[in-house]
Amino acid sequence: MSVDTDVKTLVIDEQEVSARSGQTILEVARENDINIPTLCHLEGLSDIGACRLCLVEIKGSNKLLPACVATVQEGMEVSTDTERLRKHRRTVLELLFAERNHVCSVCVSNGRCELQSMAQEQGITHIRFPYRHAAYSVDASHERFTADHNRCILCLRCVRACAEVEGAHVWDVMGRGIDCLLITDLHEEWGRSTCTRCGKCVQVCPTGALFDKSKIGSDHPKYPDFLPFLNLMREAQ
Amino acid sequence: MSQTITIDPVTRLEGHGKITIQLDGQGEVESAHFHVTQVRGFERFSEGRPFYEMPGLMARICGICPVSHLIASAKACEAIMSVRIPHTAAQLRRMLNLAQMVQSHALSFFYLASPDLLLGMEADPAVRNVLGVAAAKPEMARAGIALRRFGQHIIELLGDKRIHPGWVVPGGVTEPLAAAKRDEILAMLPEAYANVGLALNVYKQITDEFRDEIEVFANFPSPYLSLINEDESIEFTDGALRLIDAEGNTIEDGMTAARFAEVIGEAVEPYSYTKFPYYKPLGYPEGCYRVGPLARLNIAKTMGTPKADVELAEFKQVAPGPVASSFHYHHARLVEIFYGIEKIEEILADPKILDKHVRATAGVNRLEGAGQAEAPRGVLHHHYKVDENGKMLWANLVIATGQNNNAMNRGVLQAAKHYVKDGKFTEGILNRVEAVVRTFDPCLSCSTHAFGQMPLALELVSAAGEVQDRIRRD
Repeated sequence: MSVDTDVKTLVIDEQEVSARSGQTILEVARENDINIPTLCHLEGLSDIGACRLCLVEIKGSNKLLPACVATVQEGMEVSTDTERLRKHRRTVLELLFAERNHVCSVCVSNGRCELQSMAQEQGITHIRFPYRHAAYSVDASHERFTADHNRCILCLRCVRACAEVEGAHVWDVMGRGIDCLLITDLHEEWGRSTCTRCGKCVQVCPTGALFDKSKIGSDHPKYPDFLPFLNLMREAQ
Repeated sequence: MSQTITIDPVTRLEGHGKITIQLDGQGEVESAHFHVTQVRGFERFSEGRPFYEMPGLMARICGICPVSHLIASAKACEAIMSVRIPHTAAQLRRMLNLAQMVQSHALSFFYLASPDLLLGMEADPAVRNVLGVAAAKPEMARAGIALRRFGQHIIELLGDKRIHPGWVVPGGVTEPLAAAKRDEILAMLPEAYANVGLALNVYKQITDEFRDEIEVFANFPSPYLSLINEDESIEFTDGALRLIDAEGNTIEDGMTAARFAEVIGEAVEPYSYTKFPYYKPLGYPEGCYRVGPLARLNIAKTMGTPKADVELAEFKQVAPGPVASSFHYHHARLVEIFYGIEKIEEILADPKILDKHVRATAGVNRLEGAGQAEAPRGVLHHHYKVDENGKMLWANLVIATGQNNNAMNRGVLQAAKHYVKDGKFTEGILNRVEAVVRTFDPCLSCSTHAFGQMPLALELVSAAGEVQDRIRRD
């Protein structure tokens, strides 16, 4: 029997798994029910390795690799849940909480926020870094939606959904470091931009940064799972 | 040599306050003040937020009466949206507000005030608390706990959470009432009636023991302000404001939230972070009025429900005109609990109460809006200004405790003058001065965590700042 050269065999968390060449570590892990935490990754969008929550350890290398963009290699030995990784993940999350203003109790996404649930999952009980208490803008100029940059974690799901799925590319990013800011068009107000008002960016936003106007708290479920189906339907056409 | 007596903090209140009593050279009381020593800042940090976030944000002011803030805030937002909410939504909110009033009054009467009333003003401070009541009068402690649970459970059934339910939104409520929840509330009513009935009986039996306190516990003529319906019945959620004078004559009537700022001014005193609202035509401080249970019962001609009306008639026998002694706030609170339970039963019988249409939607149609409701402690007023995108530019809140601020200060002075003689005082006297403030059930920081016995220090300080005498309660 000949061996298909496109199949790679590797070990994830001491479990032998096989993968197709070109698959990411994250894809293969999830196919085998191995959980790797993610925030910026979303089924149906390209991966950009922005949040660094999916970092994994590779035996023989000191570098940590983001599982969402690192592809599998033959004979790779991957660890997804070590003390070193847990510490990194907690630090990443704590920095996210410290950087902008994530006050869950009065947030539109309280109880449905991916950042909030990730913090719970990773056992975060307090933030060791001083909060910056930065005052970011709130763009309420859109007829249907509001953007509260205080709650943005720069995962760029909205940018990708708008460009890759809707094809409008209204959302983009300006500035660097802590001055990074999501913008619509060339930093026009959202309500005056070329936005198609499809609302995909709101549905994929993991926090309360983008939300439907007039909705608060328990009132505002989001349904990001629709993206792969949308892509499938488009490919079928 | 003049002296200052400081009671800091005042115990069995919601929040942190302090009382100072200034003695003159002869040891007689010269002046007395009730200070609210904390600052919150909600009006400021709401600026820049979308207006429809306000109910959820403003409710965080208070852990005991978040529902009143939710409702007053939602009504201010609805003025900005220019919508009238569906009938069922209005009824459900009314029920939520009444449930909160019942639990808050139960907290005030049974947990905070009943140790003084049932165990005595002079009782050992080590047992003069809700646990002491549970030991001496277990049936009263049980009734208090059950009534609090009754109110909070209704809030939880309607809004999913006992504290800070997110169910009230600008335009109405997020979910209609399910039949199963209605039936669960109905099943709780008989026990609630029995508990408040017990408390009313006990209270009426012990009132005579407090003739002295009734005489000097903020007992003076003043105007009163509360919501009232067009049919002269008591109202907590809708209706319009009425102001009566000390004789019971109507001075202002049909006051909507939009007119509030025209008529009511707010004065500031250097010794307190709480403002002193007053009726503008009478000026400050003559125009200071009282709000809350006493004001509501003084203004209402009827409760609008048959059983509570019997209790109201008995209450009104205390005086020919408006009841002036703030000691009777306690009685008024029990009458209102009775009314709350009866009104909830009436609302649940509304044939449209399970209707699914419970929310109106709209954007920004006005750049300014105000809303008002009765919090358990009295009239609550929210006033907002927004930009064309609906972002908050300005907010002003007038809370019930502020509107009673002048009366509390006058009451503390009245009681201190009566009890503190020749610069001498005992722990029981000190407790009576605090108990004057407790009759108003003020909500200072608005948190339920401060009930029970807190450390209290009372010092006699000479004009030179030396501590002459000290009593400490740990």
